Amino acid sequence: MAEATVRTAAPLDKARILQWLQTYGVYAGVALLLIVNIVITPHFLSAENFRTQAVQVAPVIIVALGMALVIGTEGVDLSVGAVMALAASVLALYLGYGLLPALIAVALFAAVAGLANGALVALLGVQPIVATLALMVGGRGIALVMLPQLEDLHNPSLASLGSGDIVGVPYLILIAAALAVLIAFVVRRTTFGRQLLAIGDSRPAAQLAGLPVRRVLMVVYVVSGLLAAVAGVLATARLQASDPTSLGNLMELSAITAVVVGGTPLTGGRISIGGTVAGAVLIQLLTATLIKHDLPPSWTQIAQAIVIVCAVYAARGRGKR
Amino acid sequence: MTVTKTDNTPVTTASTTSADETEPVGSTRAERLSALVQQHGALAVLVIVSVIASFSFDSFATSDNVTNMATSSAFLAIVALGMTFVIITGGIDLSVGSLFALGGVLAAWGSRHGTLVALLLPLGVCGLIGVVNGLLVARSRLAPFIVTLAAMLGARGLMLSLTDEGANTYLIAKGSFLAELGQGTTLGVGNPVWLMLALFVAGAVVLRRTRFGQHVYAVGGNEDAAALMGAPVARTKILVYTLSGLLAGLAGALNAAWLASGVTILGNGMELEAISAVVIGGTLLTGGLGYVSGSLVGVLLLKVIQNVINQIGSLDSSYQQVVSGAFLALVVIAQTYLGRRRQLV
Repeated sequence: MAEATVRTAAPLDKARILQWLQTYGVYAGVALLLIVNIVITPHFLSAENFRTQAVQVAPVIIVALGMALVIGTEGVDLSVGAVMALAASVLALYLGYGLLPALIAVALFAAVAGLANGALVALLGVQPIVATLALMVGGRGIALVMLPQLEDLHNPSLASLGSGDIVGVPYLILIAAALAVLIAFVVRRTTFGRQLLAIGDSRPAAQLAGLPVRRVLMVVYVVSGLLAAVAGVLATARLQASDPTSLGNLMELSAITAVVVGGTPLTGGRISIGGTVAGAVLIQLLTATLIKHDLPPSWTQIAQAIVIVCAVYAARGRGKR
Repeated sequence: MTVTKTDNTPVTTASTTSADETEPVGSTRAERLSALVQQHGALAVLVIVSVIASFSFDSFATSDNVTNMATSSAFLAIVALGMTFVIITGGIDLSVGSLFALGGVLAAWGSRHGTLVALLLPLGVCGLIGVVNGLLVARSRLAPFIVTLAAMLGARGLMLSLTDEGANTYLIAKGSFLAELGQGTTLGVGNPVWLMLALFVAGAVVLRRTRFGQHVYAVGGNEDAAALMGAPVARTKILVYTLSGLLAGLAGALNAAWLASGVTILGNGMELEAISAVVIGGTLLTGGLGYVSGSLVGVLLLKVIQNVINQIGSLDSSYQQVVSGAFLALVVIAQTYLGRRRQLV
């Protein structure tokens, strides 16, 4: 059963380099891009620029955290972009009752969306790609049915959530950082985290070991939905407008890229939260670098495609052994 | 390592997820029924929806409307045909929407150098991207969905850089052979529809009657068993991704010919439509079981639903996404249920 994984007599050095690249490559990439930018990009080293970049990347990081958990169970959640749009719509609809009731409504909707994904995957055993594809298609439709076009939101507390800061650090960044620490703690230090990784490693084995496989999977998809909703609310707060048509478009792609580039294998069983955050930052820096040097946005997409393939190539054969 | 289990012919092994499932040879009645629903359920729904629609809306069953639906289905159907092959091998191709757009732009761009260039250029480029997809999936053993996701990004980037970030729309000259191919009709039916039908017949023959077709089923049914049987697993996978790229490029080129221009905003989300159509048509996403004809029915069903929603003037077009998503979820649940039943029986 091991022909696929054992590669005959590859030089040990190559394997070691690949392994190093997979774990630390993303940090090296971020460092490299930072240095290159400091040298060649004018006005790169300014607090203002760092603030802009960080605020832009915060929603991606938050979605990617949930995606990392899902991918750790050998799943994938394609519906995150649609859930962001759903969050924006629901927020706009209920904002009239105040921010807190609106946020509760958003959380409820997101939890239901996550439960739907989780039920298909955990209870019915549908492949995660297809299970979440249905909500990816339908979710944005529901969002658009509720709120057919862009709506400006005038709510002072929402506006301060989007653009306020504590000693110069925007709320968005603080929230993303806090969530990253929380998720990293859950993955590393809690029973739930262990169970999650065990399921990703081998679902049948986890089942035989008596782990609550279904419950853990359900929770993972609900958490992914909730995090996507948080990102949707924050992005909406920053725009001060609810835009269900385009909010979160291709977000699933960015999130998966961040997770994979960060060294979390698609085969499950291992999660790197630090790598995921660094992966999101890497893509953001890459995009910013290309844009600042007046390269067309289409080049960004091509560059992103190459980074994804390289990252997955470096990760191949790892994860499960 | 158990060679004994590989002696079923691949076409009849409707093996689902588990590799060591042995199918009973004599089908029970329940089993035959679930197979029937799996294969023809979508057709039944299509007929029912169409009959109801033609009674409810006067403008539904008019020849204009039907011709229109047929032509607009043709492009998606050609894409779904390639997707069917990929999904039967247990893979997935998310790059088809971008390749569709790229094919259209390349065809329109190339049309100034003659029809041959306008057809060969999209086929060549999209086919090449398909080959790269196939090589990465088959030889480097990367997950199909992430490889084709990258290809989706890369192909759209390429298309945008060809058109000055989408600002430039290349036109196809009126009266050229290419324009005739896309816009002309034969016996009252649009040329793209005839081409699509011909491709489906060819696809069905290839899948059912050729060695390559057998290998496609075998690889999707159980890859290890297929390899032990001596099926060329890697080559089969490379071929299906190439085929999918070629067909997506061709569909894009035909669509551009039909619209007389290489529209850059097309193809967004087309991969999802194609996958939905294939799944609705009874092809299992786990691979090893599927029907070319089912995918055609799936495409038609999606287009009929879209048409019905358009006919109900009061309904916003976003309802279409809701209905498609809900329908996809229903079909997947039904498939899982039927599949599990078949395993248990």
